[in-house]
Amino acid sequence: MSVDRWVVCEQCDAVHARRELQPGEVADCVRCGHQLYRHHRFDVEMLLALTLTTAIAFLLANVYPIIALDAQGAYNAATIWGAVIATWESGVAPVAFIAALLVFFFPLAQILLFAYVLLGLHGGRRPGEFRQAMHALSLMQPWSMAEVFMLGILVAIVKLQGVMTVIPGIGLWSFAVLTLLLAALTSYDLQDLWDIAERLDGDGGPVAREPA
Amino acid sequence: MSAGIVTAAERGLIGCHRCGHVVERPSPAPAGDCGRCGAALHRRKPQSLERCWAFLIAAMILYIPANTLTMMRTINPFNSTDDTIISGVVYLWVAGTPELAVIVFVASVMVPIGKFIALLILLLSVRRGSDRDRAGRTRLYRIIERIGHWSMLDVFVVALLVALVRFDLFGRVEAGGGAICFGAVVLLTMMASLSFDPRLIWDTPARHD
Repeated sequence: MSVDRWVVCEQCDAVHARRELQPGEVADCVRCGHQLYRHHRFDVEMLLALTLTTAIAFLLANVYPIIALDAQGAYNAATIWGAVIATWESGVAPVAFIAALLVFFFPLAQILLFAYVLLGLHGGRRPGEFRQAMHALSLMQPWSMAEVFMLGILVAIVKLQGVMTVIPGIGLWSFAVLTLLLAALTSYDLQDLWDIAERLDGDGGPVAREPA
Repeated sequence: MSAGIVTAAERGLIGCHRCGHVVERPSPAPAGDCGRCGAALHRRKPQSLERCWAFLIAAMILYIPANTLTMMRTINPFNSTDDTIISGVVYLWVAGTPELAVIVFVASVMVPIGKFIALLILLLSVRRGSDRDRAGRTRLYRIIERIGHWSMLDVFVVALLVALVRFDLFGRVEAGGGAICFGAVVLLTMMASLSFDPRLIWDTPARHD
């Protein structure tokens, strides 16, 4: 099954005829300026490599302390989970819960789901739970906030600097790298993965298409 | 209507919100599910305005305790201080760096208030059926959708400070109820903008008078 001939702008409902783009080219809606689709530099192999690298950065960012403090011999280091648990114990459980979701569980789920989808597509087939995985990815996209947390770490460091010695940990650098990688990964247009999956089906794979 | 533009609604097409697949559905027919990804198809987001109003009003009400309640309490052997969002910004300006104070102020004060005003403008103009500067209003929607989550910044800062500053002798930091309210405000404003359907801006025909 070929990909759609038409593109509908999701912000103003204008219909456009789809055309092949040159590398780096972007198709914007002629009526409201919303970006409809673009030519991607990444293929499935590169995305898979990006996902794997992001997973490693995620692991390091969560294992090592983000910041350590030294105040006249008293030493304290905090990991991301340390921050979540301390916030929970501090009596504001809802804040701890939200932070854990936005900074830990959503990024982790995004990485795992991308790996699942891309490994399948790389192997030349649509993985079994492709639909569910893609739906989960698109629902999670607005709620993953690693980059906001990164800025939060910098603000926290500055706030503490006057009073104590702040030692940036391996976790901080890993988290900075994670932020960049995750941004690159989630900026990828999920519609393209749907198109790739459709093309695979069209190339003689088992076609499981419902009548539109 | 601008020249040469055909909308999906006029043409009997629906673009799937989840996967971008374009499905043919003549207007009176029920929209049904997307043939490619199985998501429910909508010509317009269901109850868009009602849901957007509900989330927005809830967020505006909670914004008051979010700013007046304590965000963070710093306890040391000599005294304890309660910080709200604003006093935190002032502290950053005086004792830290003005640049970061500006960033925190923009993220926690200007972004939420700007989002309230922008959503009110969008909701009221759609209700009036206004045809003024639709592209501009759509751009406004895109901006608030993109920057809304940055208001979570100070909530994360509090969580980090609570984890770091817990020396028995030197003092400790505790989070306050303001942090819960503020987190809720950010989530509610995000849900409000996700509920709003920007296609409604374009739905009223242009008036020629």
